[in-house]
Amino acid sequence: MSEHKFVRTEMLPEQTPPVSEVGVIGWMRANLFSGWFNSILTILSLLFIYYILSGVVPWTFQSVWNAGSLDECRQIMKATWGETHGHACWAVIKDRWLQLLYGFYPPYPYAPGATVGLPPSDAWLPSYFRPNLALVLLFVALSPVLFSNVSRKLLIVSAAYPFLMPWLMWGGSLWVPVSAALGFVILFAILKYGPSVMGSLVSVIVAVLAALAWWMVLSGYVTPVLADLMPIGLPEVQSRQFGGFMLAVLLGVVAIGLSLPIGVVLALGRQSDLLIVKSLCVGFIETIRGVPLITLLFVASVLLNYFLPPGTDFDIIVRVMIMVTIFASAYNAEVVRGGLAALPKGQYEGADSLGLNYWQAQRLIIMPQALKIAIPGIVSTFIGVFKDTTLVSIIGLLDPIGLSQGIRSNAEWNGIYWELFAFIAVLFFIFCFGMSRYSMWLERKLQTGHR
Amino acid sequence: MTTYTDPPKESFRLSMLLYDTRYRSMTIQIVALMGFMLLAAWLISNTIQNLAALGKPIEFGFFTEAAGYDINQHIIEYGNQDTHLRASFVGLLNTLIVAVLGCVTATIVGVIIGVLRLSKNWLVARIMTVYVEMFRNVPLLLWILLAMAILIESLPQPSAFRGEDPAATMKLFESVAITNRGLYIPEPLFSRSLGDVHLLGQSSFRMDVSLDFLALVLVLVLSIFATRKVTARAERIQNATGLRPTTWYINLGLIVIPSTILLIALGFHLGYPELKGFNFQGGTHLRNSLTALWLALSLYTAAFVAEIVRGGILAISHGQTEAASALGIRPQRIMRLVVLPQALRVIIPPLISQYLNLTKNSSLAIAVGYMDITGTLGGITMNQTGRELECVLLLMLVYLVISLIISAVMNWYNNRVKLVER
Repeated sequence: MSEHKFVRTEMLPEQTPPVSEVGVIGWMRANLFSGWFNSILTILSLLFIYYILSGVVPWTFQSVWNAGSLDECRQIMKATWGETHGHACWAVIKDRWLQLLYGFYPPYPYAPGATVGLPPSDAWLPSYFRPNLALVLLFVALSPVLFSNVSRKLLIVSAAYPFLMPWLMWGGSLWVPVSAALGFVILFAILKYGPSVMGSLVSVIVAVLAALAWWMVLSGYVTPVLADLMPIGLPEVQSRQFGGFMLAVLLGVVAIGLSLPIGVVLALGRQSDLLIVKSLCVGFIETIRGVPLITLLFVASVLLNYFLPPGTDFDIIVRVMIMVTIFASAYNAEVVRGGLAALPKGQYEGADSLGLNYWQAQRLIIMPQALKIAIPGIVSTFIGVFKDTTLVSIIGLLDPIGLSQGIRSNAEWNGIYWELFAFIAVLFFIFCFGMSRYSMWLERKLQTGHR
Repeated sequence: MTTYTDPPKESFRLSMLLYDTRYRSMTIQIVALMGFMLLAAWLISNTIQNLAALGKPIEFGFFTEAAGYDINQHIIEYGNQDTHLRASFVGLLNTLIVAVLGCVTATIVGVIIGVLRLSKNWLVARIMTVYVEMFRNVPLLLWILLAMAILIESLPQPSAFRGEDPAATMKLFESVAITNRGLYIPEPLFSRSLGDVHLLGQSSFRMDVSLDFLALVLVLVLSIFATRKVTARAERIQNATGLRPTTWYINLGLIVIPSTILLIALGFHLGYPELKGFNFQGGTHLRNSLTALWLALSLYTAAFVAEIVRGGILAISHGQTEAASALGIRPQRIMRLVVLPQALRVIIPPLISQYLNLTKNSSLAIAVGYMDITGTLGGITMNQTGRELECVLLLMLVYLVISLIISAVMNWYNNRVKLVER
């Protein structure tokens, strides 16, 4: 054995890693230039980004904000930059943004002639107060549903919202939504206190019959009397005045809110053992999913009045709401069915072995888990429905796209495309992207660690 | 000793329909069926009353009347004196054309984007994420209108191609003209053509099918059949000896040589578009409406396809690739033999439902004036004849049949590749 000339007695201090492996340089070497192929890709991507930005950034920021028409815009561009190409004319948005947001909804419904620029002398509420309040209340009503750390007391707002929102949007007597709500109160009261008196099955039948009797017959007599005694109400707004992004949100919210419960019922029907119920549900779902939304909107615009008793005439917005809701329900049903199918069979058997009946098992065991699995699908259905509300422009409703065509046909703004498209796209992007991020957050929050 | 006997047979009582689970399901179903039939009867009787009041009984006679309108993009011969039925048929073919074009493009673009989104290159992955989010979160209708606006507003007019020093030139060796009136591409021509075969006589569904085209398809099918034989033989040799003979050049030759010989025999050449007068003549004219719809539909659907592809690849656990490497399979064959078959099982069903969505979304053609089935049957024919009920219901039926066919294909495929589980 050779003799050791040198033996280290103390540990060397830790060396800092080489500069090329840490910090910005290390990150770039790992993620952008890890090989010749990746380096080429990175350079190509940088060129691509530069190409896009060099077009978009000057267009967006070297732009005209103050002009009365496209011609004026172009003159200003000529005077400032020497060319009209590559500069946005945001003046059209400044001129028409209220229309793109609210359509022809009156800013002060109680003063028909008034405009935002020319408010009535006795205006004490800001313009567009009612739709704005409806939107704010929407978020208040949704907050206890969406976020678990919000006070449960806000659920009262959530319960009242379906009745409050139409009243705020359309106006009219306060007693109409109140009597509609009263029907539900009757229904739930009998469902809650009935079983102790007359047995559960009878009380269900009685509750449904009583509520129907109230809505169909009694409220027709009671509401006008109440309206005479206490005439509380808001000035009415016609459906044809609805438009813009407000219309898209309104259609989206109604379709989303109504389609989820209907979709759950349809999904349960499709999964059930009862052959006739099952085939009715399958037929409905597959028919609706098999046709494009535009044909259903045609049904809303030209056919629905054929199907209803002679003389009935809903306005077009309500008809569109019905069809969009039906459309969304079928898609939601399939998503929820996916959730139900993904549940292990043991969950159903466990519920049975505890002696729960069908509805108890669904409510306490199956649905909470199935809906959790189905969240991503449900939210993407919602996003799809919200985007599809733009299709109503094809049957002549004035959603943002319909309005943009109207603005373009105006002599002042004839020939303007990109600014309007960009504005509408950004509005939709914010809502849809927000929804998809929320669903990802919710998925993470509900993730209980096993699949 | 005690004996147990069956409990006395209960006689059927009416209340058992409600309280006995054996009979209750029957009650519920009968009530549901009666409710449905009542609803249907109510709707139908309303419709009959309303139609009677308007004096418009349901009948389909209008289909044999002359349509009287032109369809600018038609693949089979059509004139405005043809019937409404023929116009609808042309529309249906247009729907199918844009759907097929869109599905192919969406798949190609979507696969590229989905794979690039998984790239280790941070920048590339981010760009693809931006693409996906941008297209997924903005309505399709907006993309279609935007594509149309870009084509009309930013492309050169045909007149820009004229003169000594033209402002615009034709692309791809002077063969493709991109103008704001549409895309002019070379058309395949045959100087020794076999002619057309005329199908279905004088009916509204008559069409001329090019025999040259049929011959080419036949030869290609035979070639592919032959290459499969060659591959099967290579497989047998590999199983017997462990050595796989090289087959790619045989396969390439089998595909290329017969079809080339056929094309030369038929005198194949390209007809180039030429600027004559105010517009281009010759070649195939793809109108802006078709191009815009095709572009928007395929780019929009590609964003969804990309997500599906990405999900499918991520779903294959790393252990599969590692196990394949441990068995000594080479990387390319790992992809082909191990990863792809498993990933495809995850990818294909949602992919087909995206194809279905694309086909249904092609009905938005009406927004840019492309005459698909919605534009003909649900558009001009409906407005001219005033037969809303018949037209809309038929339109829905057509889409429903297309959807059901695609679903049937999907189910067939699913059953074929389904994992046989315990």
